Amino acid sequence: MKISTREVEYVAHLARLEITEGEKEKFTSQLNDILLYIDKLNELETQGVEPMSHAIGVTNAFREDKVIDSIGTEQSLINAPDARGEFFRVPKVID
Amino acid sequence: MEFNQSTIHELQEKIKNGSVTASQITESVFSRIDAVEERVHSYIRLMKENALAAAKKADEDIKKGDIKPLTGIPIALKDILCTKGITTTCGSHILHNFVPPYNATVVEKLTAAGAVFVGKANMDEFAMGSSTETSWFGPTRNPWDLERIPGGSSGGSATAVAADECIASIGSDTGGSIRQPAALCGVVGLKPTYGRVSRFGLIAFASSLDQIGPFTKDVEDCAIMMNVLAGYDPKESTSVNAEVPDYRQFVGRDIKGWKIGIPKEYFIEGIDPEITAAIQQAIKVIELCGGVCVDISLPHTQYCVAVYYIIAPAEASSNLARYDGVRYGFRAADVRELLEMYKESRRQGFGAEVKRRIMIGTYALSAGYYDAYYKKASQVRALIKKDFDEAFKKCDVILTPTTPTPAFKIGEKTDDPLQMYLSDVFTISTNLAGIPGISVPCGYSTSGLPIGVQFLASHFEEGKLIQIASAYEKNAKIEKRRPAL
Repeated sequence: MKISTREVEYVAHLARLEITEGEKEKFTSQLNDILLYIDKLNELETQGVEPMSHAIGVTNAFREDKVIDSIGTEQSLINAPDARGEFFRVPKVID
Repeated sequence: MEFNQSTIHELQEKIKNGSVTASQITESVFSRIDAVEERVHSYIRLMKENALAAAKKADEDIKKGDIKPLTGIPIALKDILCTKGITTTCGSHILHNFVPPYNATVVEKLTAAGAVFVGKANMDEFAMGSSTETSWFGPTRNPWDLERIPGGSSGGSATAVAADECIASIGSDTGGSIRQPAALCGVVGLKPTYGRVSRFGLIAFASSLDQIGPFTKDVEDCAIMMNVLAGYDPKESTSVNAEVPDYRQFVGRDIKGWKIGIPKEYFIEGIDPEITAAIQQAIKVIELCGGVCVDISLPHTQYCVAVYYIIAPAEASSNLARYDGVRYGFRAADVRELLEMYKESRRQGFGAEVKRRIMIGTYALSAGYYDAYYKKASQVRALIKKDFDEAFKKCDVILTPTTPTPAFKIGEKTDDPLQMYLSDVFTISTNLAGIPGISVPCGYSTSGLPIGVQFLASHFEEGKLIQIASAYEKNAKIEKRRPAL
């Protein structure tokens, strides 16, 4: 076993996903299959290999520090499930 | 031939000599949609009113002699591209009501080139899938056999072109999502070099792999579309400020003396014999065109799927953290506090495959596992890219099958994620290395399913891909069939 049901529960919490008992079992089994498959990477010696994070040799892409038009508050709130005034409204965070 | 069956370049000629109007073309596309869409389900949303208005405007421009590269050409957009004022869902319940306040850069570019947008094409949820079965809006069916999948994730973009429900379309490709459905639906699909086409307004899946590209009915149309799509965008910091050639100049040129690399790792056990036969035939055609085939090796090929299924989910778990029910999209009702709102909105908003990938990615990036998974995968990714760097010292272009099998049955792989992932075995390496790849139709199986051949070139060598694909298309003389719908 690469990953236990308890770990699946913990990872779901980290990912802010509510999962059902049925999903827990299914995910545990499927994630195990996938992680076992991924284990084949350990056949390879990679000591000293620089990890690749970008396909093209582009580093920092800077632009001039100039104010340009943005979409503004009204447009930013247009898709909000619950907006009030200039804010996104959410359920309470603390009692 | 009906207008909706024509290519961009054929229609351009007809528009220029006045034998067709933009309105007639758009109407022919929508009458085809009326006839077949219920069975194929290429689209999540049709934009008929906008399209007819845009076509009318195009006809006014044409009268004034103002004809741009795509004036009056009906184009479908994968529903992963933001369209201002038009719902953009990414195939997901969590974005079912999202109306973007801005356009993706490619949408702006296509509009400026005169395109008429037909609708938003169906796709796997958040582009995660190889069959377009994970769409919250239901599956798309392969027009060549309605019992089969069209490939994915850009399945709707592929079928819209294959079923003549548009003239060309736009998709996105993170691990094969343009080339694999193009092959399975018998159309041309190109994934450009990472950085060639701006992704501003493309809903992010795996940011180090995602790229936008066209689906077309032939290679010349692919060149026409690339002329519109390619180029630097200051709004997209990974887009590359490099010169863009006129891709149309590569159409019709010969490939005499070109070295074509045949990687032995792509001709392995498990490939459908009909695919192998079609690819062997394609190799013969390339040799008749004057190409010289050379054996090459891409030794880390067998690790590509494993690397991809760490890197793509890891990036996705981060990119999809933004769907929390706060600023846009679906929010669960009847929740008492914030954490519960996040968890419930995401539980109800995401489908099983998206959850699975978020889970893999979160696990791979979590404390204690980062080195074992993400770092290891990024190191092997470097080795995969090096394989290609070495290969392109020995050849101009690489030739491979696009897929290991023709289109599989709907439901065949939905319960076995790993088998589904393995259907991308020949397309994933391209995204990991950031190089461009094209799939071109190369024949049919005995049961009449399309097969595709894939050509790969070095970074920013899309011109070479157009050139060899065009030479192949001209000399292979693949019988032009249309799906019997």
